[in-house]
Amino acid sequence: MAATPLPLEVRNIKKRFGDTEVLKGLSLKAHKGDVITLIGASGSGKSTFLRCMNLLEQPDEGDLIVHGEEIRFKQTRHGREPADWKQVVRMRARLSMVFQGFNLWSHMTLLENIIEAPVHVLGKPKKEAIEQARALLERVGLSERADAYPAQMSGGQQQRGAIARALAMDPEVMLFDEPTSALDPELVGDVLKVMRDLAAEGRTMVVVTHEMGFARDVSSQVIYLHQGLVEEAGPPDQVLGNPQSPRLKQFLAPKY
Amino acid sequence: MQDITLWFQDLLAGNLIFTPQTLGYYWEGLVTTTQLVFLSLVIGLVMAVPLAIGRSSGRRWISLPIYAYTYVFRGTPLLIQLYIIYYGVVFFDGIQETFLWPMLREAFYPALIAFTLNTAAYTTEIFRGAIKATAKGEIEAARAYGMSQGLMMRRIILPSAFRRALPAYGNEVIFMLHASAIASVVTLMDLTGAARFVYARFYAPFEAFLFVAAIYLCLTFAILYLFRWLEKRLLAHLKPA
Amino acid sequence: MLDLHGYGPRLLEGAGVTIQLAVLSLALAIVLGLLTASAKMSRSWLLHRVATLYTTLIRGVPDLVLMMLLFFGGQMALNLVTDALYDRFGVDWYVNLNAFAAGVLTIGFIFGAYMGETFRGAFMAVDHGQIEAGKAYGMSPWLVFRRIRFPLMMRHALPGLSNNWMVLLKTTALVSVIGLSDMVRIAAEASRATHEPFTFLIPVALIYLLIASVSEWVFLRLQKRYSVGFGGH
Repeated sequence: MAATPLPLEVRNIKKRFGDTEVLKGLSLKAHKGDVITLIGASGSGKSTFLRCMNLLEQPDEGDLIVHGEEIRFKQTRHGREPADWKQVVRMRARLSMVFQGFNLWSHMTLLENIIEAPVHVLGKPKKEAIEQARALLERVGLSERADAYPAQMSGGQQQRGAIARALAMDPEVMLFDEPTSALDPELVGDVLKVMRDLAAEGRTMVVVTHEMGFARDVSSQVIYLHQGLVEEAGPPDQVLGNPQSPRLKQFLAPKY
Repeated sequence: MQDITLWFQDLLAGNLIFTPQTLGYYWEGLVTTTQLVFLSLVIGLVMAVPLAIGRSSGRRWISLPIYAYTYVFRGTPLLIQLYIIYYGVVFFDGIQETFLWPMLREAFYPALIAFTLNTAAYTTEIFRGAIKATAKGEIEAARAYGMSQGLMMRRIILPSAFRRALPAYGNEVIFMLHASAIASVVTLMDLTGAARFVYARFYAPFEAFLFVAAIYLCLTFAILYLFRWLEKRLLAHLKPA
Repeated sequence: MLDLHGYGPRLLEGAGVTIQLAVLSLALAIVLGLLTASAKMSRSWLLHRVATLYTTLIRGVPDLVLMMLLFFGGQMALNLVTDALYDRFGVDWYVNLNAFAAGVLTIGFIFGAYMGETFRGAFMAVDHGQIEAGKAYGMSPWLVFRRIRFPLMMRHALPGLSNNWMVLLKTTALVSVIGLSDMVRIAAEASRATHEPFTFLIPVALIYLLIASVSEWVFLRLQKRYSVGFGGH
């Protein structure tokens, strides 16, 4: 084992919903500073795969290792469940997710949204959390919206706010679940810019996206999923620039 | 099997409370409750239709007094309304000389008046809500075809509003059935009155009130199923095909 | 000024009883309502059945009958216990079921069922994504409930809560029938004694309207305050 443990490693994840097997054994290794992009048609399982990484979905099989710590599972009446929820809570605090639908808490102002988990989960002093939150808001260009409620903000502002909320956890890995899919086209640019900046400063990220430009420019690795399996994976020049499988060629074709 | 039959015979033989006589009281109570609730609902419904149309009117001198009426009757307990009418009816000048007096002297009619005014107020607001919810497009279409205000109300707005109001009106019917229990407070022998009588006579609260609770429960379910059936028939057009 | 034949102070006391009764019953109803809603949403078949039975029975039987059953039946049950104590152990102890307590218990019990429905609907209306966000940031289930699910639920529940409160307030009038001296009972007594029903009953009706109007205003303000940032779904 290396001196510094990998931020995130998943091995052979399998997941079924009823009779359909949506993930048929997927693995992924994120080194520090990696930006891994998951692409694929809808129904390929990319979002489910991402949601298995922080256990919003329970994988039926497979291992999950966060910062060198392996998550323990047990079998129950309802299927396979984590053996120790405290461990899950600890592990989730190291990963933070940005959702397609933003999911900002609607009863809190943007600032309250950002300090919520640092104060109540990490136990950070409130004053310190507020200072940090203000700095993050500045970074994502929302300084003057600190006291606004989510419903008073545009989709693009909400998503940049949600990214600030994720950053406030000082996460080891950031998980992005189609962060621009719910946005009007003219608002996508602002959000992608924030994400490009994060990648440039060496954040470890796993991103599910349809933005091929982002995948090509920013990723260290692109994984193309098809029906719950990896069809092609590698550096972006190779996967996007010179696709081998006919399915991936077809998937990429209409966009260029 | 024989054991059970014997046990049941024992139970009836040893039963001092549910004799034919007390069951007779409950039957009388059921009749009174049904009459009271049915009559007040029917009269209240007839009153509520013009009141609801007036309440939806743009002319404030029509809608405002109706709103005041529904506000007062919906904002105060039915028991107070019953007391005011029951104790107050004597004080209308000259009422004791009219042909109405023999009726009003009995508790039944003051109770009927109170219940009717109360349910009319609630029903007015239910209908008014349903009228207000009429799709703008349907009204515009009626106007475009040259319908007068009255014709439009009669042919387009009211028929669809009545159907929309059905679920809320079903709740109102159940509410009235339950509210009618307070008739026993002004000495009427309705279902609850019968139960109170049996309780006082035998000092048997569980038997007296559980039995009557079971009757109310059955009546409630009967009303519930009636309205569910009506909704299925009358609201079928609102469901996606 | 109204001539209240010396009943003025007692009527005011009665109004106090009405308000106390209503507020305490509301508190009990909210607690029972939360329990009922959780039972109805729980995985346990038994809890679900018990909660459904409770709400069905309450909604099928008149409030007054339930109140009498609890008050008179409760007194009898208490007597049976105290009699047994006397026979067996010679303890001479008589408990009179307090009409106020019986009123709070019955009204709270009845409206607990209605609150249960209100809360269940409100819990189901909470945006699931916001709950997931809580989980994804490492919140424990209890923290998610306390900081996110409950406050969001309350915003959805407010209109139903306000409606239940208005009905509950009027229902308190029924306790006068089981002997509690709320303002309705005192007004009815005074009406019979003085043969001037309007003098007493109409002011009481006005007090009900006043309380209802004030609560309506309060709930509107609450709703306005809580709906900040809550219009966007």
